[in-house]
Amino acid sequence: MTQKSTYVKFTEEMKKDYTIIIPTMLPIHFNFIANVLRTKGYKVDFLEFTDGNIREAGLKYVHNDTCYPALLLTGQMINALKSGRYDLDKVALLMTQTGGGCRASNYIYLIRKALKRAGFEKVPVISLNFGAMEDHPGFKITLPLVYKMLYCALYGDLIMLLSNQTRPYEKTEGETDKLVRAWTDRLMEDMRNPKNIKYSHIKKNYHLIAEDFAKILGDTPRDKVKVGIVGEIYVKFSPLGNNNLEKFLLDEGVEPVMPGFMDFAIFCVYNGIQDYLYYKKKPVKALGCKFLYPYLLGKQNDIRQMLIKDFPQFMPPADFDETRRRVMDYIDLGAKMGEGWLLPAEMLELASEGITNIICTQPFGCLPNHIAGKGMMKQIKERNPEVNIVAVDYDPSATAINQENRIKLMLSNAK
Amino acid sequence: MNINDAKNRTTDHLLLGIDIGSTTAKIVLIDNGELVYSRYERHFSQVRQKTLSMIEDIKELLDGRSFTAAISGSAGMGMANAAGIHFVQEVYSTAECVRCLEPSTDAVIELGGEDAKIIFFTGGLDERMNGSCAGGTGAFIDQMATLLNLSNEEMDEEALKHTEIYPIASRCGVFAKTDIQPLINQGATKADIAASIYQAVVNQTVAGLAQGRRIEGKIMFLGGPLYYCKGLRERFVETLQLDEEHALFPEYALFAVAIGAALYGAGGEELSYAKLVKKLRDSLKTRERISALPPLFKDKNEYQAFLHRHGESKVDTRFSGTYKGKAYIGIDCGSTTTKLTVISENSEIIYSYYSSNRGNPVEIVKEQLLKIYENFSDDIEICGSAVTGYGEELIKKAFRIDFGLVETMAHYRAAKFFNKDVDFILDIGGQDIKCFKVHNDSIDSIMLNEACSSGCGSFIETFAKSMDYTVEEFARQGLFSMAPVDLGTRCTVFMNSSVKQAQKDGASVQDISAGLSLSVVKNAIYKVIRATHPDELGQHIVVQGGTFMNDAVLRCFEKEIGRNVTRPNIAGLMGAFGAALYAKAHSLTHSGMMSESEVKTLVHESKSAVCKGCTNNCRLTVNIFNGKERLISGNQCEKGAGIKISDDERLPNLYEFKRNLLTAYQPKKGKYKIGLPLALGMYELYPLWFTIFDSLGFEVISSGFSTRKIYQKGQFSIPSDTACYPAKLMHGHIEKLLDEGVDAIFYPGLTFNVNENKGDNHYNCPIVAYYSELLRANMDSLSQTKFLYPYLNINSERELTKQLYAVLSQNFDDISRSNVKDAVKKGFAEYRLHMQRIYDEGARALSVARQKHKRIMILSGRPYHIDPEICHSIDKLATSLDFVVVSEDSVTHDVEVPILSVYNQWTYHSRLYAAAQFASQNKDVELVQLVSFGCGVDAITTDEVREILERNGKLYTQIKIDEITNLGAVKIRLRSLIGALEEREQKQI
Repeated sequence: MTQKSTYVKFTEEMKKDYTIIIPTMLPIHFNFIANVLRTKGYKVDFLEFTDGNIREAGLKYVHNDTCYPALLLTGQMINALKSGRYDLDKVALLMTQTGGGCRASNYIYLIRKALKRAGFEKVPVISLNFGAMEDHPGFKITLPLVYKMLYCALYGDLIMLLSNQTRPYEKTEGETDKLVRAWTDRLMEDMRNPKNIKYSHIKKNYHLIAEDFAKILGDTPRDKVKVGIVGEIYVKFSPLGNNNLEKFLLDEGVEPVMPGFMDFAIFCVYNGIQDYLYYKKKPVKALGCKFLYPYLLGKQNDIRQMLIKDFPQFMPPADFDETRRRVMDYIDLGAKMGEGWLLPAEMLELASEGITNIICTQPFGCLPNHIAGKGMMKQIKERNPEVNIVAVDYDPSATAINQENRIKLMLSNAK
Repeated sequence: MNINDAKNRTTDHLLLGIDIGSTTAKIVLIDNGELVYSRYERHFSQVRQKTLSMIEDIKELLDGRSFTAAISGSAGMGMANAAGIHFVQEVYSTAECVRCLEPSTDAVIELGGEDAKIIFFTGGLDERMNGSCAGGTGAFIDQMATLLNLSNEEMDEEALKHTEIYPIASRCGVFAKTDIQPLINQGATKADIAASIYQAVVNQTVAGLAQGRRIEGKIMFLGGPLYYCKGLRERFVETLQLDEEHALFPEYALFAVAIGAALYGAGGEELSYAKLVKKLRDSLKTRERISALPPLFKDKNEYQAFLHRHGESKVDTRFSGTYKGKAYIGIDCGSTTTKLTVISENSEIIYSYYSSNRGNPVEIVKEQLLKIYENFSDDIEICGSAVTGYGEELIKKAFRIDFGLVETMAHYRAAKFFNKDVDFILDIGGQDIKCFKVHNDSIDSIMLNEACSSGCGSFIETFAKSMDYTVEEFARQGLFSMAPVDLGTRCTVFMNSSVKQAQKDGASVQDISAGLSLSVVKNAIYKVIRATHPDELGQHIVVQGGTFMNDAVLRCFEKEIGRNVTRPNIAGLMGAFGAALYAKAHSLTHSGMMSESEVKTLVHESKSAVCKGCTNNCRLTVNIFNGKERLISGNQCEKGAGIKISDDERLPNLYEFKRNLLTAYQPKKGKYKIGLPLALGMYELYPLWFTIFDSLGFEVISSGFSTRKIYQKGQFSIPSDTACYPAKLMHGHIEKLLDEGVDAIFYPGLTFNVNENKGDNHYNCPIVAYYSELLRANMDSLSQTKFLYPYLNINSERELTKQLYAVLSQNFDDISRSNVKDAVKKGFAEYRLHMQRIYDEGARALSVARQKHKRIMILSGRPYHIDPEICHSIDKLATSLDFVVVSEDSVTHDVEVPILSVYNQWTYHSRLYAAAQFASQNKDVELVQLVSFGCGVDAITTDEVREILERNGKLYTQIKIDEITNLGAVKIRLRSLIGALEEREQKQI
């Protein structure tokens, strides 16, 4: 292990009165997670995108050749600290970290460097990771916490999945978003009560959620052209990262389809198994992953089965294991850095569901994407001639018009 | 042309098609299937007004009739939305037009002002257009023409006369410029350069756009550049090997998009002339604004104060005839301009000159020297002359100039004249940005713009011209913009599309001009200098270079850093002035410079040649003076210049040593031929894989070191052209191995590299780890052979044996587990031995250096940077500058990685940190980091390496490398480094 220059730890003391700032990626999911942390006694603030020019701040404090997500995340955090909304002696930041071979594992260090440059070096940055990469006495990931977060992700995926399918067809504008907010509030309240983290209760909620969204759809057939969105996780999900891609697509009169966040989580778990298989790494972790993998598949499948059975008007989440097996013919499961094999897997998953128009989003110069994104398109198109994919790069200077032009071109061929 | 014949659907309508491109507007009118009207005009960013007036001009044709209309083009979307007229994507329009008029077309290549597109019709409709990287377009050709000081027409005529094609980087304008500049400076003919530029455009289209799909069959060429430039057409036809029947250049090439739009609009809303004009008029009112910035000056008073303040930084410039006495000449032969000053004993400027090179600096200097002799020779006595800049060697040799000095040193001297406390100098010239910090009277750190940070003077110039303004007028416009547009800071090509967006949103020329000035400034501060605080730059800042003569740029800079700066009144002449000051400081009793009569009779010619000294095949430019004296440039080592060095004198060079180690592995004949592509991770592990396969009885074929030819061989199958050059080279290596007829090719998937226990983890970067996946998925030719890319664990002999046995026994006969086990054992032994040889040579290099009192340079990169095509023989350049060159892996095996503030998870990169530590601990060791363009990982390592060095008081030098072969800029950096080191040493004595 390399010795690290000391970083500010998040202590037990701090837990009492520090506000933890969480940057945005998936608005629905992260809201839930923030809420769960609140029930654990943390003061949490979930960042909206509004503080000044985030790109500029990112460019100013991060090496400009770093990937776009790092730039935006850092910019967002620094602008938040500068906003005057926080007591700078009582604030901390939270950042996820995977430890994989891509640059993203270094985001947290880049943020610390940026904070130092901006004069905020006293602000602790908490690493949210599941591999004990850093020690923060005041912020421990416990099993019950992980368990709760899992349900945050499942709820989040379900609401995102359904709302994407009703929004293009709603009769009253804003109806879907209203329902999303209503359910977000309701579930946040619901999860405060530990009793409600019972699976039977949760499954009941799933059903209620689906019923409500079904009401918006009514008898309207979901007959608009569908466009799948895959890509690097941040620019795929974050409206800040992808210039509001979902909204643009809605305005173009198509239905955006986004494979959920759980796919990425299950992908990470599967890699634990694969690492042992290939490199004999971390046998204990691999064993855990071996149990966890079918468990998570089961959780996802429960939602899938419910939708298939009771709500045939909606497209259910895909069967992840099938998605995984489908891609083995295209790329080795050993290719795991960044989104790795998940990226072509999701393209194929969409194609198998008849969603042949696909946008692959990536930060400009994203290393794993050279291979798993742009590198895979040729063979996917060759072997699935009906597939219509466009790669769209996002970076601090890429203008919306360029991206929109490319997407429009893809749409003009869309069926 | 009768559109009716082609498709029977446009009979009873009048169809209007409007195409608003990035620089031009086109309209067509189709009446009863007949193209009755077409017009093409530059819109100078006045998109909406222009369209309106073009429509008003055809009132006669439209009035009283009902018609349909559609708008297309990259800058048309905003107007279409605002006016409520149907918009159609331009590639789609093109396809519509071609399907209608020439249905047998297999593919269309369309180049526009800032767009490039290919549409494939046969074998699955597929449309490609340039993404965020947009080299090789019309704007690129315009820029290059400006660089050559030719009009587009002249450039085209020249190109047709070419005799030779030079390699020019095709990816983007900035790279191309760095390739072209030396060619110009070395005196290559304009005809050859022009044709080479067109060839670069062709390569960009074929490689960058087609992305693995071959362009075959009947090809139609559309768009302005392909309509006007015969030279460009010629390059396309030749490269794609098309005959007349398969290369279509239709007369409607300019209007294809507009025609397609007209066809697409058929059946839409019926319009009348009055209704259309109203819609367009209404669109003038609605203007969405992109983020605007505050104006440069609050009011006139603030502007006056600004002018007054800068009026004070002056050097006396007395002109002609009033001075008698000793005088000194300073010449700055820059990349695009030549500057010259003559100064008096009191450092007053007696004479000065500033001009664009117009392609041949020798002629310009000759003219000027004659002028000086003519006007002043009675009064002054020349007691010294000095030359600096890109053309230093050429001019020094041509006119026997007394001194040559590196340009950074010249600038420092000049800046000090104006502000003796100067601690930061920023020079933005036509093509380059230089800046350096001054610390303890010596140059502390030098930053030059890297390959992809353009935004220099010529960039504004090109924009000014494209909008029909002179640079001065354009700059003046910017000063009083009320709402400068925010254009971002990336490369020119990106900026083009930002400007496009601003135009679309209706920004004025004033706002764009001010926005561009600000972009130049931000580019310099945040991309080149990478500063976060103005205080980081310094307290006493001198700005100079031609670009700072632009008051808008100067003002933007002051505003951005929140501090007033010094701009000398000779900001454009500082290099020449500094050179003259240098000559004065080294005053001679008599200058050795050519006499008037010698200058008069000087004859200069230049020829090109290819060096046969080694396999590098450097392209040489041989300058011949008066038919006998020669100066050779373009060579990457002493061989090209015809110099012989004995083995004894030769300084240790670990790069050369490592290359020799690899070539020493010679295959023996075997039952199977297995190919190892010598690229990316193969460089590190070649001894391991070679030995394993060799012991198993394979004939191991290496693809050898890269060359430009190898690159081009595989160029067409590269799917992601922003990947790093070392990765892109891989495609050519595979092709080469296939040509050798190997039975299998081996490039394993290696998530993890060798664990040297230097870091938190020991990953490979994603590219090194998984490039095999990309190769298999994109290179159709790989199906000719077995491509083996097993995922392997190279940190356990046992595991590796198991994994390799599984793969090899499946693919080859006579593979036994025990043989594999044995081979793996030998392989690892060889790998360890190989590393030991490198460590030993590293130790020897250090001791030789210390014996001979030479400086040591850790040329710090990746194992694959030893490839001569990747590092452009920078190692040899360094030894020619008297450095002993060691590699990052040769001296760091027993060095502790220092405390880091990053996550240290890659094997190769851990060595960089150790190397930085080693340089920090040793007074005579300097670190120069090689960074491949597009290397995402180095965005993290460079900052960290710099921090380690700087906190230990060492200089940090970074060299970015790509396809470009411009050693000139690298040489400046290394010479400046030497200059800085020398000054530091003098201080300490």
